[in-house]
Amino acid sequence: MCDDMNDSGKELDARNLLCPLPVIRTQDFVKNLESGDEFVVRCTDPGAKSDIPSWCRINGHKVIDIQQSEYEVLIKIQVVK
Amino acid sequence: MSKNTHKAISLISGGLDSMLSTQLLLDQGVHVEGINFFTGFCVEGHTHAIRKKDKKKEKRNNALWVAEQLGIKLHIIDVIEEYKSVLLNPVHGYGQNMNPCLDCKGFMVRKALEWIKENDFDFIITGEVMGQRPMSQRRDTMPVIARESGAGDLLLRPLCAKHLPETYPEQQGWVDREKLLSFHGRSRKPQMALAEEMGFKDYSQPAGGCCFLTDANYSAKLVDLWKARGNREYSLDDIILLKVGRHIRPKPSFKLIVAREEGESRFLHGYRYRYKSLTTISHAGPVVLIIGELDAEDLVLAAQITARFSQGRDDSEVTLQLEDSENKKQSVTVVPIKADKVLPEWYV
Ligand code: SF4
Repeated sequence: MCDDMNDSGKELDARNLLCPLPVIRTQDFVKNLESGDEFVVRCTDPGAKSDIPSWCRINGHKVIDIQQSEYEVLIKIQVVK
Repeated sequence: MSKNTHKAISLISGGLDSMLSTQLLLDQGVHVEGINFFTGFCVEGHTHAIRKKDKKKEKRNNALWVAEQLGIKLHIIDVIEEYKSVLLNPVHGYGQNMNPCLDCKGFMVRKALEWIKENDFDFIITGEVMGQRPMSQRRDTMPVIARESGAGDLLLRPLCAKHLPETYPEQQGWVDREKLLSFHGRSRKPQMALAEEMGFKDYSQPAGGCCFLTDANYSAKLVDLWKARGNREYSLDDIILLKVGRHIRPKPSFKLIVAREEGESRFLHGYRYRYKSLTTISHAGPVVLIIGELDAEDLVLAAQITARFSQGRDDSEVTLQLEDSENKKQSVTVVPIKADKVLPEWYV
Protein backbone atom coordinates (compact mmCIF):
# COMPACT_ATOMS: atom_id res chain seq x y z
CA MET A 1 0.00 0.00 0.00
CA CYS A 2 2.89 2.30 0.77
CA ASP A 3 3.99 2.16 -2.86
CA ASP A 4 0.80 3.94 -3.93
CA MET A 5 2.15 7.20 -2.67
CA ASN A 6 4.99 7.23 -5.14
CA ASP A 7 3.52 7.98 -8.54
CA SER A 8 6.37 10.23 -9.65
CA GLY A 9 8.81 7.35 -9.45
CA LYS A 10 11.65 9.26 -7.75
CA GLU A 11 12.65 7.49 -4.61
CA LEU A 12 15.46 7.85 -2.13
CA ASP A 13 16.41 4.67 -0.32
CA ALA A 14 17.49 5.64 3.20
CA ARG A 15 16.78 2.26 4.75
CA ASN A 16 19.11 0.90 7.42
CA LEU A 17 20.54 4.33 8.03
CA LEU A 18 20.31 5.93 11.41
CA CYS A 19 19.63 9.53 12.27
CA PRO A 20 20.90 11.94 11.00
CA LEU A 21 21.99 10.08 7.85
CA PRO A 22 18.47 9.88 6.34
CA VAL A 23 18.30 13.67 6.70
CA ILE A 24 21.73 14.14 5.15
CA ARG A 25 20.79 11.89 2.21
CA THR A 26 17.52 13.79 1.76
CA GLN A 27 19.36 17.10 1.83
CA ASP A 28 21.87 15.92 -0.78
CA PHE A 29 19.13 14.41 -2.97
CA VAL A 30 17.17 17.66 -2.98
CA LYS A 31 20.23 19.59 -4.21
CA ASN A 32 19.86 17.89 -7.59
CA LEU A 33 16.13 18.45 -7.94
CA GLU A 34 14.10 21.34 -9.28
CA SER A 35 11.40 23.27 -7.52
CA GLY A 36 8.10 21.39 -7.78
CA ASP A 37 9.75 17.95 -8.07
CA GLU A 38 8.30 15.29 -5.83
CA PHE A 39 9.99 12.25 -4.37
CA VAL A 40 9.63 9.65 -1.66
CA VAL A 41 12.19 8.88 1.05
CA ARG A 42 12.05 5.33 2.37
CA CYS A 43 13.49 4.93 5.89
CA THR A 44 13.70 2.34 8.63
CA ASP A 45 14.85 4.62 11.48
CA PRO A 46 11.65 5.72 13.21
CA GLY A 47 13.41 8.98 14.13
CA ALA A 48 13.22 9.97 10.45
CA LYS A 49 9.50 10.51 10.89
CA SER A 50 10.14 13.61 12.94
CA ASP A 51 13.55 14.65 11.62
CA ILE A 52 12.82 14.74 7.88
CA PRO A 53 9.62 16.81 8.26
CA SER A 54 11.54 19.10 10.62
CA TRP A 55 14.30 19.50 8.02
CA CYS A 56 11.62 20.22 5.38
CA ARG A 57 9.96 22.85 7.54
CA ILE A 58 13.17 24.78 8.17
CA ASN A 59 14.18 24.61 4.53
CA GLY A 60 10.76 25.43 3.12
CA HIS A 61 10.03 22.10 1.39
CA LYS A 62 6.58 20.57 1.56
CA VAL A 63 5.80 17.22 3.18
CA ILE A 64 2.91 15.82 1.16
CA ASP A 65 2.37 12.52 2.90
CA ILE A 66 3.80 10.28 5.60
CA GLN A 67 3.04 6.58 5.78
CA GLN A 68 4.29 4.15 8.33
CA SER A 69 4.27 0.39 8.18
CA GLU A 70 5.75 -1.93 10.78
CA TYR A 71 9.32 -1.57 9.55
CA GLU A 72 9.34 1.42 7.26
CA VAL A 73 8.47 5.08 7.15
CA LEU A 74 7.74 6.64 3.74
CA ILE A 75 7.78 10.39 3.42
CA LYS A 76 6.67 12.13 0.26
CA ILE A 77 8.25 15.53 -0.28
CA GLN A 78 7.73 18.34 -2.76
CA VAL A 79 10.81 20.45 -3.37
CA VAL A 80 10.37 24.19 -2.99
CA LYS A 81 13.32 26.32 -4.11
CA MET B 1 31.03 48.60 3.88
CA SER B 2 28.89 48.41 0.81
CA LYS B 3 27.11 45.28 2.00
CA ASN B 4 24.38 45.83 4.51
CA THR B 5 23.22 42.29 4.99
CA HIS B 6 25.84 40.11 6.53
CA LYS B 7 25.62 36.40 6.79
CA ALA B 8 26.96 34.15 9.50
CA ILE B 9 27.10 30.40 9.75
CA SER B 10 26.59 29.06 13.26
CA LEU B 11 28.02 25.74 14.46
CA ILE B 12 24.92 24.11 15.90
CA SER B 13 25.49 21.16 18.20
CA GLY B 14 21.93 20.88 19.44
CA GLY B 15 22.84 22.14 22.90
CA LEU B 16 21.89 25.35 24.63
CA ASP B 17 25.05 27.39 24.04
CA SER B 18 24.96 27.41 20.27
CA MET B 19 21.24 28.17 20.48
CA LEU B 20 21.91 31.26 22.60
CA SER B 21 24.84 32.55 20.58
CA THR B 22 22.79 32.25 17.39
CA GLN B 23 19.86 34.09 18.89
CA LEU B 24 22.18 36.92 20.00
CA LEU B 25 23.18 37.52 16.41
CA LEU B 26 19.67 37.09 15.05
CA ASP B 27 18.67 39.81 17.51
CA GLN B 28 21.26 42.04 15.85
CA GLY B 29 19.63 41.48 12.49
CA VAL B 30 22.40 39.25 11.11
CA HIS B 31 21.28 36.53 8.70
CA VAL B 32 22.31 33.28 10.39
CA GLU B 33 22.15 29.71 9.12
CA GLY B 34 23.24 26.65 11.06
CA ILE B 35 25.79 24.00 10.24
CA ASN B 36 26.12 20.65 11.98
CA PHE B 37 28.82 18.08 11.37
CA PHE B 38 28.10 14.38 11.60
CA THR B 39 31.26 12.55 12.64
CA GLY B 40 29.59 9.21 13.33
CA PHE B 41 30.23 9.61 17.06
CA CYS B 42 27.49 12.16 17.69
CA VAL B 43 25.14 11.31 20.53
CA GLU B 44 22.16 12.23 18.38
CA GLY B 45 19.55 9.80 17.31
CA HIS B 46 21.27 6.46 17.17
CA THR B 47 20.86 5.26 20.69
CA HIS B 48 17.38 6.66 21.09
CA ALA B 49 16.34 5.00 17.88
CA ILE B 50 17.68 1.67 19.02
CA ARG B 51 16.69 1.05 22.60
CA LYS B 52 13.13 0.15 23.23
CA LYS B 53 13.16 1.50 26.75
CA ASP B 54 13.80 4.92 25.24
CA LYS B 55 10.69 4.57 23.08
CA LYS B 56 8.74 7.15 24.99
CA LYS B 57 11.48 9.71 24.66
CA GLU B 58 10.82 11.82 21.64
CA LYS B 59 13.24 10.79 18.92
CA ARG B 60 14.38 14.09 17.65
CA ASN B 61 17.59 15.38 16.26
CA ASN B 62 18.48 18.20 18.61
CA ALA B 63 20.36 20.23 16.03
CA LEU B 64 17.32 20.23 13.72
CA TRP B 65 15.05 21.00 16.61
CA VAL B 66 17.22 23.96 17.70
CA ALA B 67 17.28 25.30 14.14
CA GLU B 68 13.52 25.10 14.03
CA GLN B 69 13.16 26.96 17.32
CA LEU B 70 15.47 29.66 16.01
CA GLY B 71 13.77 29.77 12.63
CA ILE B 72 17.01 29.25 10.72
CA LYS B 73 18.14 26.83 8.02
CA LEU B 74 20.41 23.98 9.02
CA HIS B 75 23.00 22.26 6.86
CA ILE B 76 24.04 18.84 8.14
CA ILE B 77 27.35 17.72 6.74
CA ASP B 78 28.62 14.15 6.63
CA VAL B 79 32.28 14.27 7.72
CA ILE B 80 32.61 10.61 8.74
CA GLU B 81 35.55 9.90 6.43
CA GLU B 82 37.45 13.13 6.95
CA TYR B 83 37.00 12.92 10.68
CA LYS B 84 39.07 9.74 10.85
CA SER B 85 42.35 11.62 10.56
CA VAL B 86 41.24 13.98 13.34
CA LEU B 87 40.49 11.11 15.68
CA LEU B 88 43.47 8.99 14.73
CA ASN B 89 46.19 11.64 14.72
CA PRO B 90 45.20 14.57 16.89
CA VAL B 91 48.04 17.09 17.06
CA HIS B 92 46.84 18.22 20.48
CA GLY B 93 46.12 14.76 21.83
CA TYR B 94 43.06 13.43 23.60
CA GLY B 95 41.01 14.67 26.52
CA GLN B 96 40.04 12.40 29.38
CA ASN B 97 38.89 9.68 27.00
CA MET B 98 39.23 9.31 23.24
CA ASN B 99 37.95 12.83 22.61
CA PRO B 100 40.34 14.94 20.54
CA CYS B 101 38.35 18.09 21.36
CA LEU B 102 40.86 20.73 20.39
CA ASP B 103 41.65 19.21 17.01
CA CYS B 104 37.97 18.44 16.53
CA LYS B 105 36.90 22.05 17.08
CA GLY B 106 39.65 23.26 14.76
CA PHE B 107 38.50 20.79 12.13
CA MET B 108 34.87 21.85 12.39
CA VAL B 109 35.69 25.54 12.18
CA ARG B 110 37.92 24.82 9.16
CA LYS B 111 35.04 22.97 7.48
CA ALA B 112 32.75 25.89 8.32
CA LEU B 113 35.30 28.25 6.75
CA GLU B 114 35.29 26.19 3.55
CA TRP B 115 31.51 26.31 3.62
CA ILE B 116 31.28 30.10 4.00
CA LYS B 117 33.68 30.55 1.09
CA GLU B 118 31.63 28.28 -1.14
CA ASN B 119 28.33 29.80 -0.09
CA ASP B 120 29.26 33.46 0.08
CA PHE B 121 28.77 33.92 3.79
CA ASP B 122 30.81 36.40 5.83
CA PHE B 123 31.79 34.85 9.14
CA ILE B 124 31.45 31.97 11.59
CA ILE B 125 30.00 31.87 15.09
CA THR B 126 30.11 29.21 17.79
CA GLY B 127 28.54 28.77 21.21
CA GLU B 128 31.88 28.39 22.97
CA VAL B 129 32.24 29.84 26.46
CA MET B 130 35.68 30.59 27.81
CA GLY B 131 36.69 28.28 30.65
CA GLN B 132 33.76 25.96 30.16
CA ARG B 133 35.54 22.90 28.87
CA PRO B 134 38.94 21.75 30.02
CA MET B 135 40.49 21.25 26.61
CA SER B 136 39.00 23.30 23.85
CA GLN B 137 37.46 26.25 25.65
CA ARG B 138 40.35 27.75 27.59
CA ARG B 139 41.79 31.24 27.25
CA ASP B 140 44.95 29.80 25.74
CA THR B 141 43.30 27.23 23.45
CA MET B 142 40.49 29.30 21.95
CA PRO B 143 42.96 31.31 19.83
CA VAL B 144 44.52 28.01 18.71
CA ILE B 145 41.20 27.00 17.13
CA ALA B 146 40.90 30.34 15.34
CA ARG B 147 44.47 30.12 14.10
CA GLU B 148 44.76 26.48 13.11
CA SER B 149 41.38 26.37 11.39
CA GLY B 150 42.46 29.30 9.23
CA ALA B 151 39.34 31.24 10.25
CA GLY B 152 41.35 33.80 12.25
CA ASP B 153 39.26 36.87 13.01
CA LEU B 154 36.29 35.58 11.03
CA LEU B 155 35.51 33.38 14.02
CA LEU B 156 33.26 35.08 16.57
CA ARG B 157 32.16 33.61 19.90
CA PRO B 158 29.20 35.79 20.90
CA LEU B 159 28.81 34.34 24.41
CA CYS B 160 32.32 35.27 25.52
CA ALA B 161 33.40 37.79 22.87
CA LYS B 162 34.23 40.43 25.44
CA HIS B 163 37.03 38.28 26.81
CA LEU B 164 38.56 37.95 23.36
CA PRO B 165 40.14 40.37 20.89
CA GLU B 166 37.78 42.15 18.52
CA THR B 167 37.00 40.08 15.47
CA TYR B 168 36.56 41.29 11.90
CA PRO B 169 32.73 41.37 12.01
CA GLU B 170 32.94 43.54 15.14
CA GLN B 171 35.58 45.84 13.64
CA GLN B 172 33.49 46.30 10.53
CA GLY B 173 30.40 47.11 12.56
CA TRP B 174 28.46 44.11 11.17
CA VAL B 175 28.00 43.07 14.78
CA ASP B 176 27.75 45.38 17.79
CA ARG B 177 30.37 44.22 20.30
CA GLU B 178 28.52 46.02 23.08
CA LYS B 179 25.65 43.59 22.72
CA LEU B 180 27.89 40.54 22.91
CA LEU B 181 28.58 38.78 26.19
CA SER B 182 31.35 37.91 28.61
CA PHE B 183 30.32 34.48 29.89
CA HIS B 184 33.12 32.64 31.59
CA GLY B 185 33.64 29.43 33.53
CA ARG B 186 31.80 26.21 34.14
CA SER B 187 28.64 27.54 35.77
CA ARG B 188 25.58 27.08 33.58
CA LYS B 189 23.53 29.67 35.44
CA PRO B 190 24.17 32.62 33.10
CA GLN B 191 23.15 30.49 30.11
CA MET B 192 20.00 29.35 31.85
CA ALA B 193 19.09 32.91 32.80
CA LEU B 194 19.64 34.05 29.21
CA ALA B 195 17.55 31.15 27.91
CA GLU B 196 14.76 32.25 30.18
CA GLU B 197 15.09 35.84 29.00
CA MET B 198 15.00 34.72 25.37
CA GLY B 199 11.96 32.57 26.05
CA PHE B 200 13.60 29.18 25.45
CA LYS B 201 11.99 26.67 27.76
CA ASP B 202 12.92 23.32 26.31
CA TYR B 203 16.55 22.68 25.46
CA SER B 204 19.04 19.89 25.76
CA GLN B 205 22.06 20.10 28.02
CA PRO B 206 24.31 17.16 27.25
CA ALA B 207 26.42 16.46 30.30
CA GLY B 208 29.61 15.09 28.77
CA GLY B 209 29.92 16.95 25.51
CA CYS B 210 28.70 16.55 22.01
CA CYS B 211 29.81 13.01 21.32
CA PHE B 212 30.44 9.45 22.49
CA LEU B 213 34.19 9.97 22.46
CA THR B 214 33.95 11.68 25.85
CA ASP B 215 32.36 8.53 27.30
CA ALA B 216 34.78 6.22 29.14
CA ASN B 217 32.92 2.98 28.30
CA TYR B 218 32.57 3.87 24.67
CA SER B 219 36.25 4.83 24.42
CA ALA B 220 37.29 1.52 26.00
CA LYS B 221 35.28 -0.35 23.36
CA LEU B 222 36.86 1.66 20.58
CA VAL B 223 40.38 0.96 21.86
CA ASP B 224 39.50 -2.74 22.20
CA LEU B 225 38.28 -2.81 18.60
CA TRP B 226 41.55 -1.36 17.33
CA LYS B 227 43.64 -3.66 19.48
CA ALA B 228 41.80 -6.76 18.27
CA ARG B 229 42.09 -5.64 14.68
CA GLY B 230 45.76 -4.77 14.88
CA ASN B 231 45.17 -1.37 13.30
CA ARG B 232 43.09 1.70 13.93
CA GLU B 233 40.77 1.54 10.96
CA TYR B 234 37.04 1.81 11.52
CA SER B 235 33.86 1.92 9.52
CA LEU B 236 30.59 3.61 10.34
CA ASP B 237 29.09 0.20 11.21
CA ASP B 238 31.93 -0.47 13.64
CA ILE B 239 31.40 2.71 15.57
CA ILE B 240 27.62 2.42 15.59
CA LEU B 241 27.80 -1.12 16.92
CA LEU B 242 29.96 0.10 19.79
CA LYS B 243 26.90 1.96 21.03
CA VAL B 244 24.74 -1.16 21.20
CA GLY B 245 24.60 -4.13 23.59
CA ARG B 246 27.05 -5.77 25.97
CA HIS B 247 30.43 -6.39 24.39
CA ILE B 248 32.10 -9.57 25.58
CA ARG B 249 35.52 -10.67 24.38
CA PRO B 250 36.31 -14.17 25.66
CA LYS B 251 39.36 -14.45 23.39
CA PRO B 252 41.43 -11.89 21.50
CA SER B 253 40.21 -13.29 18.18
CA PHE B 254 36.48 -12.68 18.61
CA LYS B 255 33.91 -10.74 20.54
CA LEU B 256 30.19 -11.08 21.06
CA ILE B 257 27.69 -8.25 21.03
CA VAL B 258 24.77 -9.32 23.19
CA ALA B 259 21.53 -7.37 22.87
CA ARG B 260 20.28 -6.10 26.24
CA GLU B 261 16.65 -5.79 25.26
CA GLU B 262 14.19 -6.21 22.44
CA GLY B 263 14.98 -2.94 20.68
CA GLU B 264 18.67 -3.84 20.54
CA SER B 265 17.85 -7.38 19.37
CA ARG B 266 15.87 -5.96 16.49
CA PHE B 267 18.67 -3.59 15.64
CA LEU B 268 21.37 -6.28 15.72
CA HIS B 269 19.14 -8.56 13.66
CA GLY B 270 19.55 -6.02 10.83
CA TYR B 271 23.31 -6.73 10.85
CA ARG B 272 23.05 -10.48 10.42
CA TYR B 273 23.93 -10.22 6.73
CA ARG B 274 27.27 -8.73 7.65
CA TYR B 275 28.30 -10.81 10.65
CA LYS B 276 27.72 -14.26 12.07
CA SER B 277 24.89 -14.27 14.57
CA LEU B 278 23.51 -16.55 17.26
CA THR B 279 19.92 -16.74 18.42
CA THR B 280 18.38 -19.14 20.89
CA ILE B 281 15.68 -21.43 19.48
CA SER B 282 14.65 -23.53 22.46
CA HIS B 283 14.24 -20.53 24.75
CA ALA B 284 13.66 -16.82 24.46
CA GLY B 285 16.96 -14.96 24.31
CA PRO B 286 18.87 -12.06 22.82
CA VAL B 287 20.32 -11.72 19.35
CA VAL B 288 24.09 -12.02 19.54
CA LEU B 289 26.49 -10.89 16.83
CA ILE B 290 29.89 -12.53 16.53
CA ILE B 291 32.68 -10.25 15.40
CA GLY B 292 35.94 -11.94 14.51
CA GLU B 293 37.13 -15.42 13.67
CA LEU B 294 36.24 -18.57 15.59
CA ASP B 295 37.15 -22.23 15.38
CA ALA B 296 34.78 -25.07 16.39
CA GLU B 297 35.73 -24.81 20.04
CA ASP B 298 35.22 -21.03 20.09
CA LEU B 299 31.83 -21.53 18.51
CA VAL B 300 30.73 -23.75 21.38
CA LEU B 301 31.97 -21.14 23.86
CA ALA B 302 30.10 -18.38 22.00
CA ALA B 303 26.92 -20.49 22.03
CA GLN B 304 27.33 -21.26 25.74
CA ILE B 305 27.70 -17.57 26.54
CA THR B 306 24.67 -16.71 24.42
CA ALA B 307 22.70 -19.42 26.25
CA ARG B 308 23.73 -17.84 29.55
CA PHE B 309 21.89 -14.67 28.56
CA SER B 310 18.75 -16.55 27.49
CA GLN B 311 15.76 -17.75 29.49
CA GLY B 312 17.35 -21.20 29.45
CA ARG B 313 20.37 -20.13 31.50
CA ASP B 314 19.54 -22.57 34.31
CA ASP B 315 18.44 -25.46 32.08
CA SER B 316 20.63 -28.39 31.15
CA GLU B 317 20.56 -27.62 27.42
CA VAL B 318 19.84 -24.75 25.12
CA THR B 319 19.52 -25.00 21.34
CA LEU B 320 20.66 -22.11 19.23
CA GLN B 321 20.83 -21.17 15.60
CA LEU B 322 24.06 -19.97 14.10
CA GLU B 323 23.66 -17.96 10.94
CA ASP B 324 26.55 -16.79 8.84
CA SER B 325 26.61 -13.66 6.75
CA GLU B 326 25.48 -15.66 3.70
CA ASN B 327 22.35 -16.72 5.51
CA LYS B 328 23.54 -20.33 6.00
CA LYS B 329 22.04 -21.70 9.17
CA GLN B 330 23.08 -24.46 11.50
CA SER B 331 21.79 -25.45 14.89
CA VAL B 332 23.91 -26.03 17.95
CA THR B 333 22.91 -27.44 21.34
CA VAL B 334 25.01 -26.53 24.36
CA VAL B 335 25.04 -26.43 28.14
CA PRO B 336 24.84 -22.79 29.23
CA ILE B 337 28.08 -21.54 30.73
CA LYS B 338 27.97 -21.05 34.52
CA ALA B 339 27.64 -17.44 35.63
CA ASP B 340 30.99 -17.44 37.43
CA LYS B 341 32.73 -18.72 34.30
CA VAL B 342 31.85 -15.54 32.42
CA LEU B 343 34.94 -13.67 33.56
CA PRO B 344 34.64 -9.98 34.45
CA GLU B 345 37.64 -9.18 32.25
CA TRP B 346 35.73 -10.46 29.21
CA TYR B 347 33.44 -7.47 29.45
CA VAL B 348 34.81 -4.70 27.27
S1 SF4 C 1 33.03 16.33 22.57
FE1 SF4 C 1 33.36 15.20 20.64
S2 SF4 C 1 32.35 16.47 19.04
FE2 SF4 C 1 32.61 17.76 20.88
S3 SF4 C 1 34.58 18.81 20.53
FE3 SF4 C 1 35.04 16.97 21.75
S4 SF4 C 1 35.54 15.40 20.25
FE4 SF4 C 1 34.52 17.06 19.13
